[in-house]
Amino acid sequence: MVRAENVHKSFGHLEVLKGVDLEVRAGEVCCVLGPSGSGKSTFLRCINHLEKVNAGKIFVDGDLMGYRERGGKLHELREKEVAAQRRSIGMVFQRFNLFPHMTVLQNVMEAPCRVKRESKSEVRERALALLDRVGLGAKVENYPGQLSGGQQQRVAIARALAMRPKLMLFDEPTSALDPELVGEVLDVMKDLARDGMTMIVVTHEIGFAREVGDSLIFMDGGVVVEQGAPREVIGNPRHERTRAFLSKVL
Amino acid sequence: MPVRHPGRWAAIAVLAVLAAMFLHLLLTNDRFNWRFIFVSIGDGKRGVMFTGPVLEGLRGTLLLTVSSMVIGVALGVVIAIMRLSPNPVLSWVAWLYTWVFRAVPRLVLAILFGNLGILWDRIGFGVPFDEQLGRLFGVSDLNLQFYSIKATDLLSGFVAGMLALALSEAAYMAEIVRAGIQSVDPGQAEAASALGLSRGQVLRRIVLPQAMRVIVPPTGNETIAMVKDTSLVAFVPVTFELFFQLQAISSRTFIVLPVLIAACLWYLIICSVLMIAQYFVERHFGKGYGATRRSRKRPVGVEGATP
Ligand SMILES: Nc1ncnc2c1ncn2[C@@H]1O[C@H](COP(=O)(O)OP(=O)(O)OP(=O)(O)O)[C@@H](O)[C@H]1O
Ligand SMILES: [Mg+2]
Repeated sequence: MVRAENVHKSFGHLEVLKGVDLEVRAGEVCCVLGPSGSGKSTFLRCINHLEKVNAGKIFVDGDLMGYRERGGKLHELREKEVAAQRRSIGMVFQRFNLFPHMTVLQNVMEAPCRVKRESKSEVRERALALLDRVGLGAKVENYPGQLSGGQQQRVAIARALAMRPKLMLFDEPTSALDPELVGEVLDVMKDLARDGMTMIVVTHEIGFAREVGDSLIFMDGGVVVEQGAPREVIGNPRHERTRAFLSKVL
Repeated sequence: MPVRHPGRWAAIAVLAVLAAMFLHLLLTNDRFNWRFIFVSIGDGKRGVMFTGPVLEGLRGTLLLTVSSMVIGVALGVVIAIMRLSPNPVLSWVAWLYTWVFRAVPRLVLAILFGNLGILWDRIGFGVPFDEQLGRLFGVSDLNLQFYSIKATDLLSGFVAGMLALALSEAAYMAEIVRAGIQSVDPGQAEAASALGLSRGQVLRRIVLPQAMRVIVPPTGNETIAMVKDTSLVAFVPVTFELFFQLQAISSRTFIVLPVLIAACLWYLIICSVLMIAQYFVERHFGKGYGATRRSRKRPVGVEGATP
């Protein structure tokens, strides 16, 4: 489903990604661990082309993200084509980023109505079902500012799912939450994983990675230091840096 | 023991005396000539506030305010977006525009626009440089203008005055809109583009509606300032304007103070209406925000009863 080949990314002189490779099969949950500043968010943002890669390629479901290959050369896609590619990739942010001027229901309906131009009544039905599924059926007419952090993040997940994505990207979805609200968001994500959604999850929740993850990668300094089955990597890290990091978060 | 506020009482007493003195002045000094303002200017049955030419001028002032604000806001949004564009040429042109139009005083601009008709005979739409191209290929008097109008007709006083006010307003509005757009959390645009919204949709649906909260209050200020600045077009010269009409009466009747009072009253009335309008616009764009403050008072986890 996702294949990254030798991805490089720099901000000015600062090289953040120094050749990242990754392979995630359909239906797999891949967890990404790593210390702050190791480039986890940047890599996730490269996958849906919110950041342009400087070198390397990222394929999602066979499509090269952000570029077209013609005669051995890469041509950047037009803004519209990039937007079209993003429709099948859902993204959930650390700080929720719900649209504060719209109700919960409008937040979820916005993209399917505007981007896919689906019929409003159909989208509405689907949105209500999704909000029910994340446990917010009673809050559809509220504004995001009236919800707790955990509720907001669940709305953000429903908003992404409303586009029927093939792939979901989570960037530390529980890091901004009070400890007692983390569980409700993780439960929704577990539910999604059980349903066979392909997910890439940047997280510091080791328990979630061990329980739900099919694979785990550990990033540091812009490279993948170690990867493998979550239990293997967490229980028996081979690299010194992985060991040092895990001893701090466990 | 009730808390005493001696300072507050003293202040109220001073203000009460001042207010009484002011009222006394208004009511007993017959130089104000309230009759002249409200009832009759002597040769007519109506007070100076309500005579035909003054009402006509009022209409002109309102028309000028609305049209120059509409053009100013629309153009201002375009210039703000250009200014924030990654394209350096667009951004530089936008900067140049705001630089020029903020530097030149509105009064100078108004007079300048009133005299621009001197530059051209006719103004029209068509192929640019058609005459020069014609000469190049040996055709004299090549005319590829689809539509044209005599410059002095187009830039008649009213249009010239309106353009001067609108173009100058656009420069100020551009800065206001830019500040508004920049006040919106970049995470909003990011989340919207991650959902597949196009750049235009992100701007129209997500960023601008949120920027409006920051844009509306200073725009209200600008509108109120514009009501008053319309009196500048008297120098274009435009006579279809409130203050010019009132002044004309005062120079005809040699009655100065009551005419000025009448002008103040009209401007007060217009601005009051605008302030009411602003209140409703602000309330509209505050949707989803006021609620935050209210719900924060509720402890987390305690759900309000849903009706
Ligand atoms: N837009 C940007 N411009 C310049 N530097 C950036 C930008 N975005 C990220 N960086 C830098 O890139 C590096 C990696 O950032 P990134 O956000 O990917 O780290 P992270 O692994 O997600 O860390 P965290 O756990 O703190 O979220 C950091 O040093 C950061 O300062
Ligand atoms: Mg991050």
